[in-house]
Amino acid sequence: MATEGLTAGAMVHRIAAQGVTHVVTLPDSETNFMYDTMTESGMEVVQISREGEAIAIAAGLWIANQKPAVMIQNSGLFESGDALRGLGIGIDLPLVMFIGYRGYTRHGDTPDSAAQFLEPFLHTWQTPYWIVETDNELGRIDLAFKKAEETSKPVAVLIGAEYVSV
Amino acid sequence: MIEYQDVAAALQRERGDAVVVTAMTQTRFWKAASDRPELDIPTNNSMGKASSIGFGIAIGAPGRKVIVQDGDGSLIMNLGSLITVAGKSPKNFYHVVYDNGMYAVTGGQPIPGAGNIDWPGLALASGYRAAYSFDDTEEMATEMPRIMAEEGPIMIHVKVKPVITTNLGVIQTWESNAVMPAQMRSVKAELASA
Repeated sequence: MATEGLTAGAMVHRIAAQGVTHVVTLPDSETNFMYDTMTESGMEVVQISREGEAIAIAAGLWIANQKPAVMIQNSGLFESGDALRGLGIGIDLPLVMFIGYRGYTRHGDTPDSAAQFLEPFLHTWQTPYWIVETDNELGRIDLAFKKAEETSKPVAVLIGAEYVSV
Repeated sequence: MIEYQDVAAALQRERGDAVVVTAMTQTRFWKAASDRPELDIPTNNSMGKASSIGFGIAIGAPGRKVIVQDGDGSLIMNLGSLITVAGKSPKNFYHVVYDNGMYAVTGGQPIPGAGNIDWPGLALASGYRAAYSFDDTEEMATEMPRIMAEEGPIMIHVKVKPVITTNLGVIQTWESNAVMPAQMRSVKAELASA
């Protein structure tokens, strides 16, 4: 059912439908409502101590023939920059990263540097991305997984809104 | 202190069909010792992430032992990984930490806290099931079979005699940079066919 925002259940269902086996994550204010839903989804939640570990762990899971996804905040993606370079792009890792878009205002002007630098960062790392703000846009998740597989590279789905419900 | 090649030899005797992930200087000595190169992943382009890569493999392939041969300088870049590993407590995860107290590949500068770090204490306080420490070759070689038969996660700390790279720096070529991704695919194929 279409909503004006994102619901965790619809989002998790969409991710699980892609065959994701593990979600490597550190909760943040954009994606925290998904945590309980994810733990009940059949996907294994892998908690990390700091976001820089996420892509390396995802690489290990991929080597073990699992299908991981990463879910972290934009500030944590910056921390993960070298891992994205060496262990994502550098090894041709097909990976979808769900990134909480902290500071996103929908009209561009934002005082939060985590938001200001997110899209330039992804362009610099040559990483395609889609922005999702409502359940109506969840089809973009399918596009992201398709792109990751076709290119064998990391791609990002930016979570541009906090969840309206679980 | 123990020689790198003696640690590699002791691990090789016990590795069976384990996946082995190595960092920095350990890669050089493991390459000479390993009899299953198709199951080896050198991670010299990962800046401290050997433990995280090995952890991902361990939880993704729980029926396969994973041995991570880390360095002290590498692991302090990613110390939170000890907590992350312990959070899942994979029984097939063996974490060897080579302690030379320095950055050997950049000429031997000391790491922060060199000589003061209680590596087994860090592992146990983080939640590893067991941790061992060796600075004697014979004792390490004698104990290794028993340790590798235990369930993980286990840390094996070895105080090693430094081997400093004298040409100051890691020489990179297109061919050398292609090794890690190629070895990852080799292990992926091996695990898929098991």
